[in-house]
Amino acid sequence: MTLAPSLPRVRPTGGSLVQQFEYGLDAPICLTWELTYACNLACAHCLSSSGRRDPRELTTEQCEAVIDELQRMQVFYVNIGGGEPTIRPDFWHLLQYAIDHQVGVKFSTNGVRLTPDRAAFLASPACNGYVDVQISLDGATAEVNDYVRGPGSFDTAIRALENLQAAGFADAKISVVCTRQNLSQLDEFKAIADRYGATLRLTRLRPSGRGADVWDELHPLPEQQRELYDWLMANGEKVLTGDSFFHLSAFGEALPGLNLCGAGRVVCLIDPIGDVYACPFAIHDNFLAGNLLDEGGFRRVWQESDLFTDLRRPQTGGACSKCSFFDSCRGGCMAAKFFTGLPMDGPDPECVQGYGETALERLNEAGGRTIPAASQDHSRATPPRNQPVMLTLSRRPDTDQRAAAPASPPVSACAESPLAGFTPTTSGGCGCSAEPGKACR
Amino acid sequence: MPTQPTSEMTVLDQGWTLSPAVALRPEPFGALAYHFGNRRLTFLKHPLLVEVVTRLGEHPTAREALLMVGVPEADHPAYQRALAGLVATDMLAPRPAGAAHHGDPR
Repeated sequence: MTLAPSLPRVRPTGGSLVQQFEYGLDAPICLTWELTYACNLACAHCLSSSGRRDPRELTTEQCEAVIDELQRMQVFYVNIGGGEPTIRPDFWHLLQYAIDHQVGVKFSTNGVRLTPDRAAFLASPACNGYVDVQISLDGATAEVNDYVRGPGSFDTAIRALENLQAAGFADAKISVVCTRQNLSQLDEFKAIADRYGATLRLTRLRPSGRGADVWDELHPLPEQQRELYDWLMANGEKVLTGDSFFHLSAFGEALPGLNLCGAGRVVCLIDPIGDVYACPFAIHDNFLAGNLLDEGGFRRVWQESDLFTDLRRPQTGGACSKCSFFDSCRGGCMAAKFFTGLPMDGPDPECVQGYGETALERLNEAGGRTIPAASQDHSRATPPRNQPVMLTLSRRPDTDQRAAAPASPPVSACAESPLAGFTPTTSGGCGCSAEPGKACR
Repeated sequence: MPTQPTSEMTVLDQGWTLSPAVALRPEPFGALAYHFGNRRLTFLKHPLLVEVVTRLGEHPTAREALLMVGVPEADHPAYQRALAGLVATDMLAPRPAGAAHHGDPR
């Protein structure tokens, strides 16, 4: 598959690190491993559409073999996620196994299994300082967090932070996906981190997995992007970002980090069944490089797969290369473009110069964006009790001014017209946040 | 934090060794160095620099290591800056007096 027009592949000698990284490395620097798709939560924006366990999940022995190979390839650390990784019965065993094989572990959790006992284990010499813990929190208040992560999830996360602090675990990370709803809370997040002796980690909302369904409602507004950039410039030294906001560098001074899409070059994802994708935000057949259970294992997928070879050709940048900010953002995030229906060599949907919005509008006017269909979905068939309910209570717009004479009769559940309730001059009447041309899901 | 003076004028005159918490990974452009303690990742952007860093511990001073590896004198200031950077991030530790070769920690 050709992702974007590319140039011949000859690694230059010398040159900048970014240039070197474009040609890929012998092993990834940043490897994410989703251990399971099973999850006790059902977050609205879950980028791996997690919920149910995949019955083909790697066995304990297969996972140990993966760790052996990561050790041989000198992958210094692995970011373990899911799903909720700690609900895999062998999670703590695999954690210990990785530590014993000099593979550091950073794991992301919603905190559900971080009991005082487990917190004490993580703080103990057995972990030898090789373990980082990231607690996911997407609101500095229960109201904002539970809106997307589900009822009770704020309390669970705070309890986990309390347990870690009480056990003497130093420097936990609080991992925040930045949304329209929580960007005004950055100082409050920082205060929570300080309270628990933790470090704040901010990452970008991607329209991946179930995130595609809610991206239009949750992604930060243009003026919020500017606020975020200014906040990061002021606080960046003490805040981690996983390099995820490099598209904001086009505001001016580059943010700390590589400012490069690392997909398939320095970054990749291993999913619960051993499929290897170009990046954690691109769990889709188009970005699937191979499976590590096949001959040659993970090393062969990383070093020789067609997809990764293709991604390591220098990209021409297409329309973006004419932009004076191209060297800052290098066209932005591949996954964000793909899952919003934008071309791979076009602007990022959240391009801070506004080219992404223009491109989205143009697609909408031309008959609608085509959002790629999900390749897989592990959401539970029956919604769990703690599924977030993203309802904002409001009144019908026309009842305010014209209570006596509504513009149209109420739309009943059995209205047959496909245009029932649709008013062309205002937003659609279906009640969901879908853009015109995008299916209501 | 380094326990010895780290000004660029003296780095080459001291003995250093790769920190036992650091792992080096060869790459086409040189190597990656990862410090398991402070979690810092550093890039050694030239194969010759990688050889210098791995052999520092065999020599009483960094300058002697540069000469043994065959770094031209004209390049010494650049190596001095690179080594000072590695000292500042704890990638290199002072070489204990009379130390033998210190192997790769992994």
